[in-house]
Amino acid sequence: MPDIFLSAHEVRKRFAEHTALDGVSIDVPRGRIFGLLGPNGAGKTTLIRIINRITAPDSGTVTFDGRPFEPADVQRIGYLPEERGLYKKMKVGEQAVYLAQLKGLSRGEATRRLKEWFERFGIASWWNKKLEELSKGMQQKVQFIVTVLHRPELLIFDEPFSGFDPVNAEQLKREILRLRDEGHTVIFSTHNMGSVEEICDEMALINHGRVVLRGNVGEVKRRFCTGDYEVVAAADTLREGSENYEILDKTPLPEGVRYLVRKPAALTSSAFVTALAAEAELRRFAEQLPSMHEIFLKTVGEGNN
Amino acid sequence: MPSAPLRRISQTQLFTFTFYLFTIIFPMNKILIIIRREFLTKVSKKSFIILTVLMPFIFAALIFVPLALAGIKDSDQKQVGVVDKTGLYTDVLQSDAQYAFILLPDTTAELRADDSPMEAVVYISDTLATNPRALTIYSNKEVSAELLSLVQSRLTERVRSDKLSSYNVSGLERIIDDVQAEVSGNTVKWAADGSEKSSNTGIAIGAGFLFTFLIYMFVMAYGAMVMQSVLEEKTGRIVELMVSSVKPFQLMMGKIIGIALVGFVQLIIWGVMLAVIITACVFIFGPSAAPADVAAIHGTGAAAVQAAVQAASQGGAQEALEALTGLPFAEMGVMFVLYFVGGYLLYASFFAAVGASVSQQEDASQFTMPVILLMVFGLYAAMYSIENTNGPLAFWASMFPLTSPIVMMVRIPFGVPLWEEALSLALLFATSLATVWLGAKIYRVGILMYGKKPSLKELVKWMRYK
Repeated sequence: MPDIFLSAHEVRKRFAEHTALDGVSIDVPRGRIFGLLGPNGAGKTTLIRIINRITAPDSGTVTFDGRPFEPADVQRIGYLPEERGLYKKMKVGEQAVYLAQLKGLSRGEATRRLKEWFERFGIASWWNKKLEELSKGMQQKVQFIVTVLHRPELLIFDEPFSGFDPVNAEQLKREILRLRDEGHTVIFSTHNMGSVEEICDEMALINHGRVVLRGNVGEVKRRFCTGDYEVVAAADTLREGSENYEILDKTPLPEGVRYLVRKPAALTSSAFVTALAAEAELRRFAEQLPSMHEIFLKTVGEGNN
Repeated sequence: MPSAPLRRISQTQLFTFTFYLFTIIFPMNKILIIIRREFLTKVSKKSFIILTVLMPFIFAALIFVPLALAGIKDSDQKQVGVVDKTGLYTDVLQSDAQYAFILLPDTTAELRADDSPMEAVVYISDTLATNPRALTIYSNKEVSAELLSLVQSRLTERVRSDKLSSYNVSGLERIIDDVQAEVSGNTVKWAADGSEKSSNTGIAIGAGFLFTFLIYMFVMAYGAMVMQSVLEEKTGRIVELMVSSVKPFQLMMGKIIGIALVGFVQLIIWGVMLAVIITACVFIFGPSAAPADVAAIHGTGAAAVQAAVQAASQGGAQEALEALTGLPFAEMGVMFVLYFVGGYLLYASFFAAVGASVSQQEDASQFTMPVILLMVFGLYAAMYSIENTNGPLAFWASMFPLTSPIVMMVRIPFGVPLWEEALSLALLFATSLATVWLGAKIYRVGILMYGKKPSLKELVKWMRYK
């Protein structure tokens, strides 16, 4: 039983025309990165707003750190909304201090921490610049700093990488992983599946206001695995028509031959490996896991049909 | 020894006290932070500083420049021809520094020409005592009002004395003068305690209208500023970040209070600067300009103020001062603050809700227009209420919460029954609080809604959201 930091139970939210959330339950383990996935309009943002206490659910409960959610708990959350925006006419440092104060930090403490972060991101010289003088990517960095500054136990990032160039996205990814390693719990909402595989530990896929897939990212991928393996052998020694494996594809490589083979359902994994190793000198042996992207398309596609 | 348990108790008490203080102060603290930012960013804006500093000068200039210009007389003496067919009035029109009156036998064609040396020609065709319309002034330009009134008044005087002497009663002139003594009334208000206070209708009107106009201006200008500020946060997409830290209600109230403080500061600066500038101007231009500074302080340019100024100058400074001190200043001050706060809260929370409901400035007018019209109606109602401060228009307009802050201020210098004030204030504050409450509900939903502008029906629906 993992230590659950935040859980939503049977959360429902109706708006005038549609049901945004139709009984959603999620469990976010402490100190992990939780991916909240789903296509546009699935209800991700509504769920995030409920967790942030911006809106109230029609029914359902949210448990925060083992007890019912309270208004004061928002101080322990850092939220990076998908719609980014700061005061354009305000100086960068000044408004970062202001926003930190609203999260309960004192002026002095906020200033001290901000200087530290600005140094780390190499943006210390922007302190007295107006926000509108900064490029969009730079503004995003400022906003990220503001989100994490008060060291909230729970961080919620809604599409954090949108609007970042690859270099800055990489830096951001490192920071998010570092934050997790420091013990922060992270909810990460996106429809970009590539980033999920790289950084998420747990996930829930939402479609039409319902959770359609959930679990540990590795487990979910295994659940969707097809039984295909990538095998690289030193020489072309595998033969067609074996009862122990089925060759789907074969490509010559400089160091040998690359096969795509399927394991017969009757065979155990170890028997399968033994059979292959008996016939070829294995250089590489890896299960072909489906990408999150494929899983996403498969699940959401089915749900829509 | 006995000090130990004592200390323990006090520590517990201290802890409980701190805890309660904390729970009370903590949400307040956020409002204070918001107020602080709202205030500082608005006050440090260049446009605000420039407007605040320049306004009193513009104001003073509006009053003193025309006054100074009017004081400058034409230095050239102008020639005016006089054709007197009767020969009776040749000595009436005496030349002075401005006009040289020259007797002419008759009008000639060359006088009609554009390059005529004469500014105008005064033509008297008949005895004015019997035929008052026998006076004509010709000119190829527009005859100046100054010349016309000069000629008219001199001739009227002569005709009057001619007529008087035709009665052949000795000393008649003196008798007439004696009879014409004007009665000038002082108005005195009886106070309940039997004391008497010198009152002055003109000054009461001026003072009342000043307060009315201040409330009107303030609510209009700063209400719009609240809307602007809400829209800025909404269109800048800052608001979602904000409401994850503070309650929408705190955000809204922080804005409303912060901007009210900006207004107070501006008013105080204007008041002080105007006082200084006017004192300086009076010092430079001399005491002849003094009556105008009363108008400057009242600042409305309305006829009511004119009346006050006239009353002040006619009645003499001493009496005007007495009348001023006779006004219920304490009552007016208290009522001004109460109506000001109530009216501003009412309109500012309305404007905040409108700002939150729309996504762009242009869409706002659909909602603000009717309300602004109501306010303009209030201002007109206030103007007409001056005529009869206890009439039905004045009464009902000062009860209706949307106009009462504007209209009631006009009535107070004339004395309003306490129950009317209490009822009007109760209605105003009940409506204000209801507007704040409903406004906050709309605001909370509206700030996160983008896209098409909502219909009234949708707004009502938003109020019911959890």
